[in-house]
Amino acid sequence: MDEFEQFRQTFFEECAELLEHLEEATSSLLPGQNDPDVLDRMFRAVHSIKAGAGAFKFERLVRFSHEFETVMDLVRSERILLDDDDPDFLLRCSDVLHSLVSAAQNGVEAAEGVEHEALEDLKDMAKRASDTPDMPLDLIIPQADCDTTEKRFTLHFRPHRGLYESANEPYLLIDALAGLGALTVKADVSAIPEFKDFHPEEAYLAWDMDLLAVCNEGDIREVFEFVEDECDLTITCIDDDVDELTDTPYVVEEKGADLTKSAPAPQAASPVKAIQALEDPNAGQNKVSSIRVDLSRVDRLVDMVGELVIAQAVALQSLEELVDIRHVRQLQSLEDLTQRTRALQEGVMAIRMQPLRAVFSRFPRVVRDIAAKLGKRVRLEIEGEGTEVDKTIIEELSDPLTHMIRNCLDHGLETPEERKAAGKPEEGVVRLTAEQRNGRILIRVGDDGRGLNPEKVLKKAKEKGLVSQDADMSKEEIENLIFLPGFSTADQVSDLSGRGVGMDVVRRNIQKLGGRIGVDSIPGQGSIFTMALPLTLAVLDGMLVSARAETYVIPLSAIVETVCPKASDLRDMPDSGQVMSLRGEVIRLIDVGTALRTDTINNVEPLRQMVVVTETELGRKIGLIVDGVLGQQQVVIKSLEVNYRAIAGVAGTAVLGDGRVRLILDVDGLSEINPPSQDAPNALKQKGMRA
Amino acid sequence: MTRRVLAVDDSKTMRDMVSFTLKRGGFEVVEAEDGVDAIARSATGLFDLVITDINMPRMDGITLVGKLRSDPRFRTTPILVLTTEADATKKAAGKAAGATGWIVKPFEPSQLLDVVHKVCR
Repeated sequence: MDEFEQFRQTFFEECAELLEHLEEATSSLLPGQNDPDVLDRMFRAVHSIKAGAGAFKFERLVRFSHEFETVMDLVRSERILLDDDDPDFLLRCSDVLHSLVSAAQNGVEAAEGVEHEALEDLKDMAKRASDTPDMPLDLIIPQADCDTTEKRFTLHFRPHRGLYESANEPYLLIDALAGLGALTVKADVSAIPEFKDFHPEEAYLAWDMDLLAVCNEGDIREVFEFVEDECDLTITCIDDDVDELTDTPYVVEEKGADLTKSAPAPQAASPVKAIQALEDPNAGQNKVSSIRVDLSRVDRLVDMVGELVIAQAVALQSLEELVDIRHVRQLQSLEDLTQRTRALQEGVMAIRMQPLRAVFSRFPRVVRDIAAKLGKRVRLEIEGEGTEVDKTIIEELSDPLTHMIRNCLDHGLETPEERKAAGKPEEGVVRLTAEQRNGRILIRVGDDGRGLNPEKVLKKAKEKGLVSQDADMSKEEIENLIFLPGFSTADQVSDLSGRGVGMDVVRRNIQKLGGRIGVDSIPGQGSIFTMALPLTLAVLDGMLVSARAETYVIPLSAIVETVCPKASDLRDMPDSGQVMSLRGEVIRLIDVGTALRTDTINNVEPLRQMVVVTETELGRKIGLIVDGVLGQQQVVIKSLEVNYRAIAGVAGTAVLGDGRVRLILDVDGLSEINPPSQDAPNALKQKGMRA
Repeated sequence: MTRRVLAVDDSKTMRDMVSFTLKRGGFEVVEAEDGVDAIARSATGLFDLVITDINMPRMDGITLVGKLRSDPRFRTTPILVLTTEADATKKAAGKAAGATGWIVKPFEPSQLLDVVHKVCR
């Protein structure tokens, strides 16, 4: 089977998908009756793995998946009803299956006996099946026959009409028989009726054959194995005892006559059925067909299109200087080109997009496992798993999300007793939701647990020296302390979330993806962590602004509005910061030029400049002082960290239409460069200012 | 004329293997992911052979065989079942639906081609 080696990769890719489906389905199992679709999906996943494993001769995998499949078949046919322990046991089986697949994939033997216990338990479970019909294992065992002498057989073979109807061909059967030895064939035409009685679709022919071969009757029957019900077949070994003659012989003619009479009936039925069969395909039209493409190819395509976008912008910019209103047609075609380039880019980016389901689907399992370990009762609610995000982001989300969900269960949710005492339902709820908003993905992980205790958090932060002893902070600021490195609220370190990986790591992971994370909490009612992530890591809609002769890009998604402030709107703060009043809101101003350059010109004159009002991920508004707004452009993001190093306040770089490299501003980063001193924040405090 | 085969299996690995084997045997192969898909593709032309799996989502192989058999264009087309099932009741159901033959997975390429040649006129 070496020629199938090339399909190994496909097989393991398929296994990965199947295992994921299996795990997802298994995690949703309950004792008692279950959704037949879920059971069917589980069965088919195991079944497909077994079939493939057989092709590649992964013996242990075949053996285990066979038993697993048997049990799942019994469960889906409701001959086994799941008891309390079964869902967990099947989950364990799915784990074992997973490890056997991994071992096969890595070309190593799985640990000795890793499947042993589960295998035995599966066998025991299969025995629970109600009214087990005798299930022939049908291990086609070749009959022991060492006879090498030639034997003579006579055969009478009379195909029924059904044999032809199932597209079998007597000629091919006879031909196969000839493969066994020397065969002489004589047609038996005795059953052919008078012409007036002749039915064109009836079977009238039979054959008498004489075979001289080194074989036994079983070998001959094997040739006819699949048609044995559709024909009369007598085999007589002339050298054998003559008494064994004829087992199903001379009903032939009667049967033939009967069939002739009843023949039109099946004919009449078929056109109707045919129409049904042809109508059915409609059901298949909403099918999602797909191809597998190596990710590096897609990335190359994304890169190339990115370059194309830049080249197109460069060309456009240089042409615009030459082309004026006299060249309307040229302008139109340029506009057309721009639109098409953008459509192409969007199309290419969409290839990398995947629904979040890919990562969300593992959480029912995670929640279930952890809840069991902690002795808590938890319901996981998932919403928006169809939201699509760039594949890279999806991959990077798994760890932080897992960590946050663990946190929710471990620290957020109370024990059933505590919940009861607090007048809450014993079952806690963890909600995982995703939505797309303003070109970003918002993912929320929330629980209805005890929420953050601001006093406790602040006390801890002071103890750890993360904030000064006399710090006076708002609830929001205190809540965000949990993202500081070295912060951990758990009184005792549990083996679940207190593993030295804190929320700071989560935040760092999210930031690495160009995202933000924040927390909202009401003591006693729960917390919600909100992550805002870019849809893609590759392009960005930006606003070009100039500041101190330098051009920067501000992500469009962060911009709320642009204003030219009046003198009366501005105010210097005692800590040398500046604020602006905008329709009753007080907005902190940051001078982009000052913040990003080392020259120390403070407090430029905002009156002669513009303020771009931006919103941080936490909903706080910040005014960026710039010299002017140059226009809007989609830019291809090039990481600064890879080729240079991270700079606070800069999210990355972009190559613009003029071919020059510009910095993309990181609004949240800018707001942190020069945080207001401890005694000032309340003056700037913005509450409930989400746009 | 090249003979056309409709190969139905929900596992891509299996489809690939069957396709590979048959293409090398000189057949043109049309793949389908399950019964429903197969019915849809069966409308795309005439076939000289159908090879189908049994356990598939949406429409299983036995139902598919029955449906194809009731389509006049498939009344005399050989339909082979290629499955891990060796269960006698399943086999009987396959036969009753009108299957021409039954091959138990895993298969050797040469064995599959043998059977295919045997049933293909």
